[in-house]
Amino acid sequence: MMEFLDQLSLFLQSTVQMGTPILFGTLGGILNEKVGHTNLGVEGMMLVGACTGFMMGVNTGNPVLAVLTAGLAGALCALIYAFITVTFMGNHTVTGLVLTIFGTGLSSFLGNMKTEVINIIGTLESKPYTQVQLPASVSEPLSDFSVPYLSEIPVLGNMFFTQSIYVYISIIFAVVLAIYMKRTRFGLNMRMIGENPAAADASGINITAYKYIHILIGGFLCGMGGAYLSLVTVDQWKENLTAGIGWIAVALVIFATWDPIKAIFGAYFFGAMQALGPKLQNATIPVVGHINSQFLDMIPYIMTIVVLIFITLRKKKEYQAPAALGSPYFREDR
Amino acid sequence: MLKIQKKQGVSQEFDALLRILSVVVALIAAGIVMAFLGYNPIELYQKMIKGALGTDFNRAATVRKCIPLLTMSLGVSIAFKMKFWNIGAEGQFYMGAFGATLVWMLCPDLPIYVMLPLMALAAIVSGGLFALIPAILKHKLGTSETLVTLMLNYIAIKWITYLSLGPWKDPGEGGQAKIYAFTENARLPEVFGVHIGWIVALILVVAVYILMRFSKFGFEIAVLGENPDTARYAGMNVTKTLIIAVLLSGGICGLAGMLQATGSEGRLGDNISAGLGFTAIITAWLAKLSAPMILVSSFLFAVLLQGGSSLGALTNIPASVAETIQGIILFFVLASEFFTNYKIVFKRKEAKK
Repeated sequence: MMEFLDQLSLFLQSTVQMGTPILFGTLGGILNEKVGHTNLGVEGMMLVGACTGFMMGVNTGNPVLAVLTAGLAGALCALIYAFITVTFMGNHTVTGLVLTIFGTGLSSFLGNMKTEVINIIGTLESKPYTQVQLPASVSEPLSDFSVPYLSEIPVLGNMFFTQSIYVYISIIFAVVLAIYMKRTRFGLNMRMIGENPAAADASGINITAYKYIHILIGGFLCGMGGAYLSLVTVDQWKENLTAGIGWIAVALVIFATWDPIKAIFGAYFFGAMQALGPKLQNATIPVVGHINSQFLDMIPYIMTIVVLIFITLRKKKEYQAPAALGSPYFREDR
Repeated sequence: MLKIQKKQGVSQEFDALLRILSVVVALIAAGIVMAFLGYNPIELYQKMIKGALGTDFNRAATVRKCIPLLTMSLGVSIAFKMKFWNIGAEGQFYMGAFGATLVWMLCPDLPIYVMLPLMALAAIVSGGLFALIPAILKHKLGTSETLVTLMLNYIAIKWITYLSLGPWKDPGEGGQAKIYAFTENARLPEVFGVHIGWIVALILVVAVYILMRFSKFGFEIAVLGENPDTARYAGMNVTKTLIIAVLLSGGICGLAGMLQATGSEGRLGDNISAGLGFTAIITAWLAKLSAPMILVSSFLFAVLLQGGSSLGALTNIPASVAETIQGIILFFVLASEFFTNYKIVFKRKEAKK
């Protein structure tokens, strides 16, 4: 029994760890969609963030700089997206897809570049970033730490109190975003742009500025989410490190019905699905029998389709997508 | 003062010129980025072109990349014309390849002239049915097809991974998760050094062009895309048109999977599309959904991709340089769209009375 509880505690802990990058991506996606922009570039922005954050970490050994670089790189990618879709009124779907292709290519390209590292025998060696380990000065401050006493709570202690500081930052972001969206004037304006840009424009809101700012912050969050993988989860950079997490995040925006607080639970739910896979690889479960981990990997995607259907069936206002989602706003069309 | 105005229709020449111009500007911009990263851009481009078109071997490799790209691009163009955003070409490709492989697994001893048509048919049916799921959801419930097709891609890929790890794993491959390789009677024959998929793809270009341009059905698809209400008032059977068009779109993508598995790869696997299903969306969109232009855009992208991968093989420059350049080109083309729809006019402030 004790062993089972220990296992459960570790499982819950890794649920949160797997869910954290998804949460960052989802929050970024929510910001985009709330100003009326479907951004399918989340995966690309996460990859660029993961790669550049890692490179900065290797070169400076400074965790703060690494995380900030990841965020800024994500925001820079989002700037390209915003420039094309807001200023040039381009097609959101295609631009987002291109951003993902671009980000995948760029991150793999940058990550294969050579860097000088000191090897075991103390000489300088030229190696691609894919073969370099993150210096301890970056990985240690970001690794899990146990909050005294609280982390000893049975079962749930590890889940909430033995985590990287990065995990707490993601939760703070989600809560701040929720308050911002529901309780501030800026948040209200932002939501108005997503619902009815013409009305927002008429009431004197600077639509272009709002769109740019929210898309850029969204990109920043996606970049940070990617860097969680390269700085905390594996401490290294590998091509296509995100492995589809960005797409789960895009789906989760809808799963969470554009609500940052629900996004936390959604992200951990999908995190649990991912954490469950390797654990059940060779396990046999009573009644169900042998479960293949590929089927578990499918669950997030199947769940998303189910939720999508559920949302479209329930015509409740608060569960619907922003009304102006995906359509470019041209003032003179009013 | 600068002011943006909507344009009333643009000449095709202007449109084509604009696209070519934006590609050229993008190549220059990508060159500047490469120079900034410490590579000689002119040398880089030369090597890429050589790597894609330099020798017979390279040319064959480029055509082999072009076949699935072109086929899927034609497939999605039909759905896109209807404003049905099928970004599930990847998934339909894999389900098509799966359907074809299933035929071979069930009756492995058929003669080649029965086997291949049967496999192609199975591929078209399974790709088409897989595309029908989002179509029905959209039609009956109004569920966004973009996200459903996207999710189905991952489900299809995981399904193939499952097959390659479990039921269809070839024990002869040792520890590697590989599905049984096709026997000779399930391999596409070669013409001019490349499997006959290229002939199939070229026939499809003509067929899709005629279908969309000259047939009543193609016209119905276009009307449905422009305005579903108009289509309904005109007495069209909207449901029927939607279903047939989606079946066709998914079926062609499925056929691409069969061509790739039996032609280039020789076996089914969970990575045989190499992400071309996503590139196909872009080549279709770049060509403005016109079949002959899709042939051009798919070929150019195949050159770019093959050039990139031969760079990776010959030099220390990673193959992903092609994806990066591809992204940059597309960003420029996307932005250039603006100038076909809008114009910037200079307007003097009127003098106050």
